[in-house]
Amino acid sequence: MTGILSLTTFLPLVGVAAILVLRAFGNGENPRADSAARWIALATTLATLALSVLVVAGFDRSQTGFQFVEDSAWFAGLHYRMGIDGISVLFVLLTAFLMPLCIVASWRSITNRVIEYMIAFLILESLVIGVFCALDLLVFYVFFEFQLIPMFLIIGIWGGSNRVYAAFKFFLYTLLGSVLMLAAILAMIAMAHTSSIPVLMTHHFPAGVQAWLWLAFFASFAVKMPMWPVHTWLPDAHVEAPTAGSVILAGILLKMGGYGFMRFSLPMFPDASVQFAPLIYALSVIAIVYTSLVAFRQTDMKKLIAYSSVAHMGFVTLGIFSFNLQGEQGALFQMLSHGVISGALFLCVGVVYDRTHTREIAFYGGVVDRMPIYAAVFMLFTMGNVGLPGTSGFVGEILTLTGIYGANTWPAIIAVSGVILSAVYALTLYRRVVFGRITNPAVAALGDMNGREIGIFVPLIIATLALGLQPGLVFNLTNASAVHLVDAFRAATGR
Amino acid sequence: MTFQSAAALARPELILIVSALALLVWGAFQSRASVAFTIAAMAALVAAAVASAIGPMGRAFSGGLIVDSGAVFSKVVIYLASALAVPLGERWFARRGMARFEYPVLVMLAALGMGMMVSAGDLISLYISIELQSLALYILAAFQRDDEKSSEAGLKYFVLGALSSGILLYGTSLVYGFAGSTRFEVIAQSMTHGAGVGALFGLIFVVCGIGFKVSAAPFHMWTPDVYEGAPTPVVGFFAGAPKLAAMVLLARILTQSFGGAVDQWRQVLVVMALLSVAVGAFAGLAQSNLKRLWAYSSIASIGYALVGLAAGGAAGIQSMLVYMVLYVVDVTGFFACLAALSRGGKAMETMADFAGLARERPAIALAMTVFSLSALGLPPMSGLWGKYYVFKAAAGAGLVWVAVAALVGSVVAAYYYLKLIKVMWLDPSPGATDAPPAEAVAITYATALFAFPAVLIALIVLDPAAQTAATSLALR
Repeated sequence: MTGILSLTTFLPLVGVAAILVLRAFGNGENPRADSAARWIALATTLATLALSVLVVAGFDRSQTGFQFVEDSAWFAGLHYRMGIDGISVLFVLLTAFLMPLCIVASWRSITNRVIEYMIAFLILESLVIGVFCALDLLVFYVFFEFQLIPMFLIIGIWGGSNRVYAAFKFFLYTLLGSVLMLAAILAMIAMAHTSSIPVLMTHHFPAGVQAWLWLAFFASFAVKMPMWPVHTWLPDAHVEAPTAGSVILAGILLKMGGYGFMRFSLPMFPDASVQFAPLIYALSVIAIVYTSLVAFRQTDMKKLIAYSSVAHMGFVTLGIFSFNLQGEQGALFQMLSHGVISGALFLCVGVVYDRTHTREIAFYGGVVDRMPIYAAVFMLFTMGNVGLPGTSGFVGEILTLTGIYGANTWPAIIAVSGVILSAVYALTLYRRVVFGRITNPAVAALGDMNGREIGIFVPLIIATLALGLQPGLVFNLTNASAVHLVDAFRAATGR
Repeated sequence: MTFQSAAALARPELILIVSALALLVWGAFQSRASVAFTIAAMAALVAAAVASAIGPMGRAFSGGLIVDSGAVFSKVVIYLASALAVPLGERWFARRGMARFEYPVLVMLAALGMGMMVSAGDLISLYISIELQSLALYILAAFQRDDEKSSEAGLKYFVLGALSSGILLYGTSLVYGFAGSTRFEVIAQSMTHGAGVGALFGLIFVVCGIGFKVSAAPFHMWTPDVYEGAPTPVVGFFAGAPKLAAMVLLARILTQSFGGAVDQWRQVLVVMALLSVAVGAFAGLAQSNLKRLWAYSSIASIGYALVGLAAGGAAGIQSMLVYMVLYVVDVTGFFACLAALSRGGKAMETMADFAGLARERPAIALAMTVFSLSALGLPPMSGLWGKYYVFKAAAGAGLVWVAVAALVGSVVAAYYYLKLIKVMWLDPSPGATDAPPAEAVAITYATALFAFPAVLIALIVLDPAAQTAATSLALR
C-alpha cells in the first residue's frame, strides 16, 4: 500500500480542482454552484475519511518504526518522505473524521463565498494530514507553515465582527514561532547533513546545541499548543472564527503542538527536554490553574471553551514531559479526546449561535425547555470536558496525572486542582445556558436540533463514549510507538 | 587569441549591439510603433540568451571579458527577463499614447550592459558595463516625460547614480593604484600576502558603489522614490535583472580579486545585509503605495542575498544565485500585476485601490497573494527555497546568527504582506476594474505559476545549474 499516505494527503486537492473547474465553467456564483461546491467538499472529505480508515486498518500495531514509508529524492539532497507510526496514525484519522463534520456544520451557516470557503477547508485538510504524515523536516515545515494562509482567510473572511484583528494576531503569533523553528530546522540540516526525521531521531546533537534547537522548536509548538503565556491569540481566534473554523482550530491545529513535542523535542533533543522540563511543568501548571480561573469569568461561550482548551492542553504538556509511558499515552489520548470533545462543544455553541447570532451566556437560560435533545447532547460533552468517568476526557486526565505524579510530585498536586476547576467553569456554563427560567423571549422561540445537526453529533457521541469505555482502541495502536519513544528517551538520557 | 574566437565569446553581446543599432535605424524610419518592431527586439534578446547558453567559454580581450558558467547562467536569466520587459512596457506605453521606439532599444542596451557586467574581468570593463546599464535605466525611469513624478524619478536616479558611480570609480582607482593592475586575477596575485590598507579602502568604495546599484541599505535612499515615480513596467524591469547582474559582479570581484580579504569584506556585507533586512521590514510598515512598498520589500530581499554572499565560497554564491533568480521572477510578476490593473483608466497603486480585488479579479489577486507570500518566505512558494539556500550557506560559514536575525526580520515584514492580502481578500471593493491587458496577464500567470508550484520542479534543474555557475565564480 505504498503511496496511500500521499493519496490521502492530496485527495482533498482533487476536490479543490473539481470545485475550481466547476467555477470556471459555471457562470459565477449562484445557489446551484454553491450547493455543488458543498457536495463536492463533502464527498471529498468522506473519501479521505475512507482512505484514512484503510490506513488505520492496514497499520501494523506491533511495529515500532514508521510504516507506509515513501521516499523519493528531490533537489539539493532533499527528499520527499512520508510515513506514519503509532503516534501519528490516529491524528490522521482524527483529522479525516472531523472534516466532514465541519463541512456539514457549515452547510447552512455559511452562505457568503461558499466556493472559496470549501476550497480553504479542503486545502487545510490536505495540509494537516500532510503534517502528520511528513517524515522530512522540510516537507513537515511546508505543510505546517502553509496552514496559516487558509486559516487566516477562514478567520478573516467568514469570522465575526473583529475578525481582521483576530486573523492578524493568529498569523503573526504563529509565524514568529515557526520562523524560529525554520531556523532550527535549517541549522539541524546543516549539522546532521540530512533532513530525514527517522534518521534525526537517532542523531545525537551536542547538549549545548540541543538547548538552542529545543528552544526554537518550543517557540513554535508553545504558540501552537498554546501554552501560557503565548496563548492569547487563541481566545480571539476562536471567538471570531466561524463554528467549523473553531472546530478545526481546537480539534486539530492545536494538536500539532503536542505532536511536535513528541515527534521532535523528545526524541531529537532528549537532554534539552530534561533540562527544560521544569519550565514546561511551571508553564503547564500555570496554564491549568490560571486559564481555568479565567475561563470561569468569561461571558462569551466560545471564549470560555477556548480558555478551557488552554487548560486541557496543560495536561497534555505535563504528560509529554513526564517521560514515562503513562504520561505519553495519556497525552496522546488526551489530545484525541480533546479533539473530539472540544470540537463537539464548539459545534454545540454553533447550534444556538446559528439560531440567535449571539454567544453571550447571559442571553440564554432555560434552553432545556425548548431544546431537550440539545440539552442532552450538550450535557454529555460538558461532562466529557469535566472528565467524567465513562467519557474519553477521564482517561486522558487520569493517565497524564499518573504520569506526571511518577515524574514529579508538585506539578501533579497542583494540576489535580484543574480537574475541580474544570468542573466549576463547565458546569456553571451549562447551568446558566441550559437550566433556569426562560427570561429572554428569543430563547422561548428556539426550536430543537434538526436532523442534520443531530447527524453531526451522532459520530461525536459515539466517539466520546467508545473512547471512554474502551480506551484500548487507542492504546493498542499507540502502544508500540509510545513504548519505543520512552525506551529510546531513557537510553539517550540514561534516566 | 584570434579575433574570431574573441568574437565567438562575445557573440551574445554582439547580437544585442548589432540588433539594437539596426532597430534604432528602423525605428527612425517607421511612422508609428509596430508589433513587428517589438517582436524583433524580443527575438534579439531571446537569441542572445540562446547564444549564451550554447556558446563557448573562455576569456577574451586580455581578461576583460570572462565567459564562464557563472556568466552564462546569469546572462540567460538576464536576457530572458529583459525579453519579458519589452512587450510589457511597450504595450503599457502604447495604451497611454506614449509608445516610442526607443523603449525596446533602451531595454536591449541595458541588457547588454548587464551581460557585460556579469562577464567583467577587469576594472575598466566593470565600470563601462555598469555605466552602460545605468544610463539606459536613467532614461527608462524618466520615460514618461510628461509626468512630473517620472521626470523626478529619472532625475533623482541619475544624480544619485552619478554620485555612486563616482564613488565606484574612486574605489577602482585606489585598487588600481595599490595593486598595479586593473585585471581581477592580477589584483588577486598582489593580495597573496594579505590586502593592504589602501587596497581595502578601495574595495570598500567599490562595495559601496555596487551597494547603491543593488539598493542595499544604507545606500537604498533612492529606491522608494524612483520606484514610485518610474513607469510601472520599467520598475518591474529594473528591480529585477540589474540587481542580479550587480550581485554577480560583486560576487566575482570579491572572490576573484579579493578572495584573500574575505574576513574583511564579510563584515561589511553582514552589516549591509542586516541593515537592509531591517530597513526593508520596518520602513515598509509605513507605506501605503504598493510601488514604494515593493521597493522596501526588494531592499529586504537584497539583504538576504547579501547574507548568502557574505557566507562566501561556492555554497554562498550558489545560494545568492538561486535567491536572486527566484527574486527576479517574483518581482517581475508583481509589477506585471500592477501593470495589468487599472480602474477607470487610472493606475491602481495605493493599498486602498486593491480593496476587494479577490472579488473583481480573483486570478490576479491570487497571483499577487502568491508573490506576497513568496516575498515573505512562506512555504511552499519560491521565496522560501531561496531563504533555504541562503540559510544553509550561512550556517555552513558560521553566520547562523546573522541568518536568524534576518529570518526574524521577515516576521516584521509579514505585517505588510499580510495587510495587502487582507485588503485584497477581506475588504469590500470600491468598484469594477478595467479589463486587464493580455500580455500583462500572461506574464502574471506565468510568473505566479513559477513561484508556485512549478518552482518545486524547476529547482531540480536550477540547483545543479546554480552550483556549476557558483563554482566557476568562486574560482580564484
